[in-house]
Amino acid sequence: MSADTLTPAAAHDDHGDAAPHGTLRGYLIGFVLSVVLTAIPFALVMTGRLDATTTAIVVLGMALVQIVVHMVFFLHMTTRAEGGWSFLALMFTLVVVVVTLSGSIWVMYHMNANMMPMSAATMSQQ
Amino acid sequence: MNAQTHEDFGGATPVFYDLDEHDHPAGGSTALGFWMYLMSDCLIFAILFACYAVLGHSYGGGPGPKQLFELPLVALNTAMLLLSSLTYGFAMLALERKGASVRAVQGWLILTGLFGLAFLCIELYEFSHLIAEGAGPQRSAFLSAFFTLVGTHGLHVTFGLIWLATLVVQLETHGIGPDNKRRLMCLGMFWHFLDVIWIGVFTIVYLMGVLA
Repeated sequence: MSADTLTPAAAHDDHGDAAPHGTLRGYLIGFVLSVVLTAIPFALVMTGRLDATTTAIVVLGMALVQIVVHMVFFLHMTTRAEGGWSFLALMFTLVVVVVTLSGSIWVMYHMNANMMPMSAATMSQQ
Repeated sequence: MNAQTHEDFGGATPVFYDLDEHDHPAGGSTALGFWMYLMSDCLIFAILFACYAVLGHSYGGGPGPKQLFELPLVALNTAMLLLSSLTYGFAMLALERKGASVRAVQGWLILTGLFGLAFLCIELYEFSHLIAEGAGPQRSAFLSAFFTLVGTHGLHVTFGLIWLATLVVQLETHGIGPDNKRRLMCLGMFWHFLDVIWIGVFTIVYLMGVLA
């Protein structure tokens, strides 16, 4: 039984299995972009061609771009999928993830900075 | 009460405006529900990444990422996972094709499974190598956080492989039907999601670790 025979469901686009389908071209574009966006960071870190700060910025930037590439070409994420609810859930998750990550790093960095046992060098300065 | 209501309508039969009784096919909301699960899974990984970010520099006098991580091995691992994502995409394309053949879908799925298995084997080799060097999870806070984060991802891949093997058998038994299509769509989301998490792992843990 193919999806085409489910006429009552097919007549209602908003209830049917509206999962977006990928195309061969889409998967190949996503794959090639991912390969490039993976190879460059690895090459930069392994060869040490650029200085550490520039490398870090490029590596993190390319990771973010690659996550978007995967979302679009592999997970077929659009703002319209499932009437926008998937996108809304994604946005909500992103907010929670950003708060969790930045909050943890921020708070724990200051905890460490203020509560680390003092080294001999720090003590001599006081 | 009933008589009263009837009078309100002036004795006429109540009219229902939702005349179009459309059915809600089973699994119509599965994609959204499964996406919700993936988002909650994403939060688990966010917390593990936060742990790693906080503890990742507490070496406890032990070895750090520079001494421990072998980037060529990680690059190979990344390639395995990326290739498995592509072959899973091909499995979905084979599934959606008119007159889809069960064999073609199964073939792509098995290839995906082999890439996934290779990923897992390389990761287990790396883990056993680290533990043999005395850099096990109990060595330092950095290594505890590392093994928890990367291990949780590996565990997800393991369950993905079990799920994938189950679906290959399901396809053999029941063929390509709406149920199996729905299941394959969910596994696809799961599989690509794990690849997204791996981008975070190789960037934050391995590349940034070796760079620092």
